Amino acid sequence: MSSSDTEKTASSVQRIIIVGASLAGLSAAEALRSEGFTGTITVIGDEPYAPYDRPPLSKTVLTGLLPAEHTTLPQRVDLHAEWLLGVPAIGLALENREVELADGRRFGFDRLLIATGTRARPWPDSAQAALDGVCLLRTRDDAAKLRARLAAGPKRVLVIGGGFIGSEVASVCRELDLTVTVTERSSTPLIGALGSAAGMFAGQLQCAHGVDLRCNVTITALEGDENGRLRHAYLSDGDTLDIDVAVVALGAVRNVEWLHDSGLAFDSRGIICDSTCRAFNTNGMATDNIFVAGDVARWPHPLYEGELLTVEHWGNSVEQARTAAHNMMSAPADRRAYETLPAFWSRQFGVNLKTVGLPTFADEVVLTQGSIAERRLVAAYGHKGRIVAALTVNMARWLPAYKAMIEARAPFPPVLHAPDGPAELRPVPAGFPPRGQSTHSPIATPTGPGPSISPPEESSTSAKVQDPRVPPGFQPK
Amino acid sequence: MLRIVVDLNRCESYAQCVFAAPSVFWIKDGESLEYDYVPDDSLRVQVERAAAACPVQAISICWLDEQLGQQRGNHNEQ
Ligand SMILES: Cc1cc2nc3c(=O)[nH]c(=O)nc-3n(C[C@H](O)[C@H](O)[C@H](O)COP(=O)(O)OP(=O)(O)OC[C@H]3O[C@@H](n4cnc5c(N)ncnc54)[C@H](O)[C@@H]3O)c2cc1C
Ligand code: SF4
Repeated sequence: MSSSDTEKTASSVQRIIIVGASLAGLSAAEALRSEGFTGTITVIGDEPYAPYDRPPLSKTVLTGLLPAEHTTLPQRVDLHAEWLLGVPAIGLALENREVELADGRRFGFDRLLIATGTRARPWPDSAQAALDGVCLLRTRDDAAKLRARLAAGPKRVLVIGGGFIGSEVASVCRELDLTVTVTERSSTPLIGALGSAAGMFAGQLQCAHGVDLRCNVTITALEGDENGRLRHAYLSDGDTLDIDVAVVALGAVRNVEWLHDSGLAFDSRGIICDSTCRAFNTNGMATDNIFVAGDVARWPHPLYEGELLTVEHWGNSVEQARTAAHNMMSAPADRRAYETLPAFWSRQFGVNLKTVGLPTFADEVVLTQGSIAERRLVAAYGHKGRIVAALTVNMARWLPAYKAMIEARAPFPPVLHAPDGPAELRPVPAGFPPRGQSTHSPIATPTGPGPSISPPEESSTSAKVQDPRVPPGFQPK
Repeated sequence: MLRIVVDLNRCESYAQCVFAAPSVFWIKDGESLEYDYVPDDSLRVQVERAAAACPVQAISICWLDEQLGQQRGNHNEQ
């Protein structure tokens, strides 16, 4: 190590452990080496694979264009890492600075990065969830299995939940010319991520592409035949569907259970960290050696009034992991805050949807360019008179301009003079469900101020709202 | 083994990569870029041209000799 490196690095940092061998874990390992870390890096992952990318799992892998194993991510730097794959971490001892694995091994660390991400929320009835034909989509194995089911030409596919993953799966089904029903408890698909105004547009796209879209409807039960094969789905509107495949797309559950009794501040909304990615302990103190990044993190974003965010986006995992890596090996004065704007893309029903900023923070939305009829448009989201997010539909090249406006806290509605814009900007309510109401896949959510650690679904009423079988209109007493 | 990843937040669908390596990158529905993360090793020159041609430098490549453990990567980050 050169002398300048030693100055840059907190010199006591020799052993770094990363738990979670996926996008955030890999990005952190790459950043550590690029920034000159020469100590040991141990990456622990419960999946048996080298880090692979998830976005194609609901797109090119499902259409059959890309085999599931063709999603392995490049390792852009010489990592010299020790990979412990196929074995989960089951405990963290803060005092001894040790991670315990399921096979009993213990590993000591100077710095730990927690990047355990999320898993697919399972169907709540475990017997029904076990029926042959009930699928989840989070991992490479899930995608390979679902691809095989779709390729076999099922008579009808049911997609439970109209969030991003559910919508992308439905889009692929239509591309494969399969009959598909989407059930969504809210009034539109994508409502949790984009609000009902944009969600209405998403719903129109689905219907135009031949999806049997049922909003304000839940699945109350799945039923199999005597051989345990999925046969029927019962809907809250009284209908029964004949199906052989059901894709449960009800959002994600954070992988935090392994931290039980660790003394870190976490709950089902994520692991709480500060803007330098340092985890908080249950006394509300930021630890100096435990860092968090990716889907599992919950942290205050300076652009959004310090509200704690959880962001389930590809770009967030990469950037937050890079910040965490930098801060893990830096002396306190050299640490930097993570303030990258959230950004996201999706492809479905013939359009490329991209967002920048945090739509869920907004109360109003306005069409600024293009038109719904052309299926090419830009919409800006506003909160208290400033622009907080933008959505492009097949107009991705405009996104950087809006990103700059969001970063500059420009006024809303924005002053644009875009030649392809409407004569007059007419903001409408963005139409997000009230805070705390469960939506399937908000994917970027402000979760309230301060490192509070009370789990949100402790009460039985909120547990009921979380249950995806409960029909809309259920009023917690 | 050749591996690539594209930052699709950064990608603005200019399709230069598609012209350079049409069997690795393709545009779906007008604007969505799709690609193979693990193209055949014989496409290395094409893929390197694609990465160089991308106006927003969204494409990262690495060339690995081994899967895990001792990797030899071509650091190609912007
Ligand atoms: C089907 C699908 C499509 C997507 N499409 C898009 C898209 O189009 N655009 C976009 O921006 N984002 C998309 N995403 C989201 C994006 O993939 C995630 O944000 C990203 O994968 C998060 O990375 P991560 O490393 O934080 O977490 P994860 O990818 O969840 O990785 C966490 C890893 O840790 C492992 N792990 C968990 N617990 C333990 C433990 N105790 N011990 C050891 N290992 C453990 C997990 O098995 C997993 O391998 C998509 C996600 C899915 C599933
Ligand atoms: S050249 Fe770059 S910007 Fe253009 S489509 Fe390819 S990756 Fe995207």
